[in-house]
Amino acid sequence: MAVVTQPLQTVEEMRATALESRREILKMIYDAGSGHTGGSLSEIDILISLYFGVLRYDPDAPSWAERDRFVLSKGHASPGFYVTLARAGYFPASELPSYRKTDGLLQGHAHPMTPGVEMNSGSLGMGLSFALGHALAARLDGRDYRVFALLGDGECQEGEVWEAAMSAAHHRASNLTAIIDRNRIQNDRFTDEVMTLEPLADRWRDFGWNVITCDGHEHADILHALHASAEGGPTAIIANTVKGKGVSFMENNPGFHGRAPTADEYDAALKELA
Amino acid sequence: MTTTRQSVATRETYGRTLLTMAEEHPDIVVLGGDLNVSTFVHLWRDQYPDRFFDFGPAEQNIVGVAAGLAAAGKIPFVSTFSVFGTGRPYDQLRVLISQPSLNVKLVCTHAGILTGEDGMSAHSIEDLSLMCALPSFSVTIPTDAPETEQVIRAAAVTRGPQYVRLPRAATPVVHSDGYQFHPGKAEIMRAGGDVSIIACGSLLAPALDAADSLAGQSIDARVINLHTLAPADENAIIAAAEETGAIVTAEEHYVHGGLGSVVAGVVARNRPVPVEMVALHGYTSSGPANELMVKNGLTSDGVAEAVHRVLKRK
Repeated sequence: MAVVTQPLQTVEEMRATALESRREILKMIYDAGSGHTGGSLSEIDILISLYFGVLRYDPDAPSWAERDRFVLSKGHASPGFYVTLARAGYFPASELPSYRKTDGLLQGHAHPMTPGVEMNSGSLGMGLSFALGHALAARLDGRDYRVFALLGDGECQEGEVWEAAMSAAHHRASNLTAIIDRNRIQNDRFTDEVMTLEPLADRWRDFGWNVITCDGHEHADILHALHASAEGGPTAIIANTVKGKGVSFMENNPGFHGRAPTADEYDAALKELA
Repeated sequence: MTTTRQSVATRETYGRTLLTMAEEHPDIVVLGGDLNVSTFVHLWRDQYPDRFFDFGPAEQNIVGVAAGLAAAGKIPFVSTFSVFGTGRPYDQLRVLISQPSLNVKLVCTHAGILTGEDGMSAHSIEDLSLMCALPSFSVTIPTDAPETEQVIRAAAVTRGPQYVRLPRAATPVVHSDGYQFHPGKAEIMRAGGDVSIIACGSLLAPALDAADSLAGQSIDARVINLHTLAPADENAIIAAAEETGAIVTAEEHYVHGGLGSVVAGVVARNRPVPVEMVALHGYTSSGPANELMVKNGLTSDGVAEAVHRVLKRK
């Protein structure tokens, strides 16, 4: 039974992986002509830290009962997820161009037809409940796997998130970790303009969760938070991120939540990510 | 003409049947939402507390957690009232359960209008339409205690999403002890060649009573128990159309999207014949359940009148 993550990367290697992944994300979305750019760029360092530093899995046995579970609740940010899954070995990188294509392996929003995807997604607010189901099943089966759910910050405006938060604390789901990609932008505009989320950490604490805050682009900081959340959960990691991270004109730009770059924008972005 | 029959609350049969399956099926877990005495899963809660989870009245979360448990290999039975278990978490049922076809059993009680006095918001008259619109779900309406027991047993060993609709009120037992439920196969409860009455749930006993009284008028009515709307037994419906040439449907549900719509669709696609529908035509008020059934024509007289109407169109 494999009990180590594979393949582990150093923080320096993660940084290089992140840079390449950002290029791949942009290529996928540019080729598809649509997709969610900003949130894929804000989440990618979290995903790389998880898959190459923390998670226990076997890409050749995606339904291995002892695997750690990762649930992408913000399922629109699938390009970042797919790039990571391909690097983790769940499917060849040659599948990446099938994103959003008819009969392709990679659906617009992550669906379990794709190896490595646990949950069907695309409607916000559901991932933490689903992750809690896996967490409770671990207890019933006497397994020691961990369960992670990645939520968007705008997603925390969904009521179900707080139903799940309340019940995870009540049922003492110590193996459950929620990660909030706190990029401060949602579909229309900045989260503060749409619906106030602060004090976000206090809100999670008030629902009975441990809360850890980290820089969502510093792999060492993310890893520290992910390891620290292994005990005494449920734990919420608020990962402070920048929407569109890595491309100057996409950073903190609500316009890039849900659209593909133009040809000129794509060329300019690749130059910045060289 | 009304036959005297013993009445049993099928929700109690459900709770007791679950208990008998606990040892044989260690993967069964039960999820509830603060209505566990009413749905009778408190029996399970008290006996198997480690395999029971209460989430309070937070139905979106209940359904989401059930999906996760199913994905991890469990067989979750989710129970609450029909109005809360279908409409409220509909998006979760669609995205988390139907689309990936997860093995969740949604067994809802207090369906239809037999919740009587509680009034309009408690009357579940849209649930069959909602659940039949989810492609992966099977939709079953056991009519009495013997059928409920077998439907629940079959649910535990049949993979895939399933909705089971139960009422609050005790309902007449129309099946004998030897009854054998066959998933996906409608039950011909009475042979007949002049007209077919296709019914489910609480309308089955009135349909049988109507057939008895029609026999006195030399009208030979076939009575079909269409216990499963999805997937429906199309062969039985087509045979009814071909062999009797006229169909009456009867259900305790809104006229759109339930049994009548399912039957009409099969008939229209395969063998068009006149169809009359005994069903609710809108919301109804508070009141004792039996009075509401009479007020809305969901009676043996209502079924018999529909038979006379459809025979004039034959």
